[in-house]
Amino acid sequence: MFLFFLFTFVIEPPKNVKAFDNPNDGGNKILITWEISPSDSILDGYEILRRSEKEECFYKIGFVGQGRNSFLDEKTEDKINYYYQVASVKDTIKVLSAISNPAQSYPQWFHRGKLIILLTFFVFGFLILYFIKRARKIELFIRRIAGLSAVEEAVGRATEMGKPVLFVPGLTGMSDVATIAALNILSEVAKKIAQYDVKLIVPNNDPIVYTVAREIVKEAYTSVGRPDAFNPDSVFYLTDSQFAYAAGVDGIMVREKPATNFFCGYFYAESLILAETGAQTGAIQIAATDSITQLPFFIVACDYTLIGEELYAASAYLSKEPILLGSLKGQDYGKLLIIIALILLSVSSLIFNFIIK
Amino acid sequence: MSTDIWVWIAAILTLGIFSFLYKDNPFYRFCEHLFVGITNGYAITFYWHRILVPSLIKPVSQGEKLYLLIFAFIGALYFTRFIPRLSWLVRIPIAFVLGYGAGAAIPRTIETSIIEQAKATILQRSNFLNLFDAISSIIIFFGVIATIIYFFFSTERKGILKHLAYSGIIFIMLGFGASFGYTVMARISLLIGRLTFLLRDWLGIIK
Repeated sequence: MFLFFLFTFVIEPPKNVKAFDNPNDGGNKILITWEISPSDSILDGYEILRRSEKEECFYKIGFVGQGRNSFLDEKTEDKINYYYQVASVKDTIKVLSAISNPAQSYPQWFHRGKLIILLTFFVFGFLILYFIKRARKIELFIRRIAGLSAVEEAVGRATEMGKPVLFVPGLTGMSDVATIAALNILSEVAKKIAQYDVKLIVPNNDPIVYTVAREIVKEAYTSVGRPDAFNPDSVFYLTDSQFAYAAGVDGIMVREKPATNFFCGYFYAESLILAETGAQTGAIQIAATDSITQLPFFIVACDYTLIGEELYAASAYLSKEPILLGSLKGQDYGKLLIIIALILLSVSSLIFNFIIK
Repeated sequence: MSTDIWVWIAAILTLGIFSFLYKDNPFYRFCEHLFVGITNGYAITFYWHRILVPSLIKPVSQGEKLYLLIFAFIGALYFTRFIPRLSWLVRIPIAFVLGYGAGAAIPRTIETSIIEQAKATILQRSNFLNLFDAISSIIIFFGVIATIIYFFFSTERKGILKHLAYSGIIFIMLGFGASFGYTVMARISLLIGRLTFLLRDWLGIIK
């Protein structure tokens, strides 16, 4: 009993309890902040109580440990006033703070924290559009990329040997940039294959990618005037399970014995299984991925490997289309801006911290 | 040795897949086709029970979220490729997917691959609290710039650019070497997991 009265006098409530709409979200969230109690060190924590404008009394909605000074109420109705109290809690003793200001939750149209992304998007977009316009007037230079120079040779080899070309478009879906880049490469490879009249095999791991790949190959055959040579069964869906797909592609490699294997897109742990099997069958192998953890495996097991951004540059390099070349030039200027920003921000940060401060 | 029939089936199928290490054989082919078939069957039931029924059929049959029928119709256009005269309609859902794909990927890529990486690379006072941190930070900073220069495609590699790009590929290969070793360890742990299953759960040789 004595301790109860002692704690009642010693424990102080948190002060300055404020509630406001949680910024940059889709609504239904109110953020409550407070100044921690002077007796924080002896507390169990803080109990958060809430009352809406439709209710008569406060109800407990959460509890946070000592030292914490905020709580996110994620179960609010938008555009209704809520009032909050925060109680300092020690065992069974609770000391309530004053009632907070009324707060309403509501959704925001724009996430202000992502403004920098929008700005970067516009800068990069402007550069790309500008250089696309220039590429339509003058031919832009693009440096040699060894792996892509070998595409012609690889398809030619398949023609001479009378063996198929295998194209594996990675294991990710259409929302992955690597898959989009891989399908761009597939388009150019399919055009060369159609011209040489070589058999093409494209096993897919994703049903949507399969549909897109099929259309791309069909379009490629049509664009070089060989729509009749397109075999609808050359592009097919295998399975969406990672290792079952690897087992299936391995089986195709050892049975069909392709002269050339392309591994383009994003890969996971199956990369070495595929590349090693392909190497054993004696195929020329060209890999292109931005998967950093899998690149070393492709480098050791494939004849040519396109590293990271070379994958994105590939379609421009192969097609020499002004739109793609202009995009590539624009991206290079974007990279230059990043380097300049890194140097300027680092130098200014160091000058400010070490000399001025 | 295990008396559980499912452990035996799993062990025999594991050995079937391992038999590929010798060469392609009928046993491997059987396991491969079984594996592909089962995963496809599993995927179909998964999509039906976990996506189509709860997210589309259930709410629509209860008269809720009827707007989902529009998206279901657009999605169903994928099947028009089985009807040659209507197969061009497949481009409509593809356009939606590609549009969504690019829209979802671009902000994510800008945020994670450009802005966050750049923030972490900028040299600050906290990078110079001790000699080791200072040297590491300067190496990372130089490595990032050299690596970016390696990925310049529209400029000839001449003069300083040539040397910086050469430094860039050294940094890239050092990174890959470290990644290779790290990932090999992870792969060995996968092999250990399978061998443990065979030797402990199936044969009971190890405890």
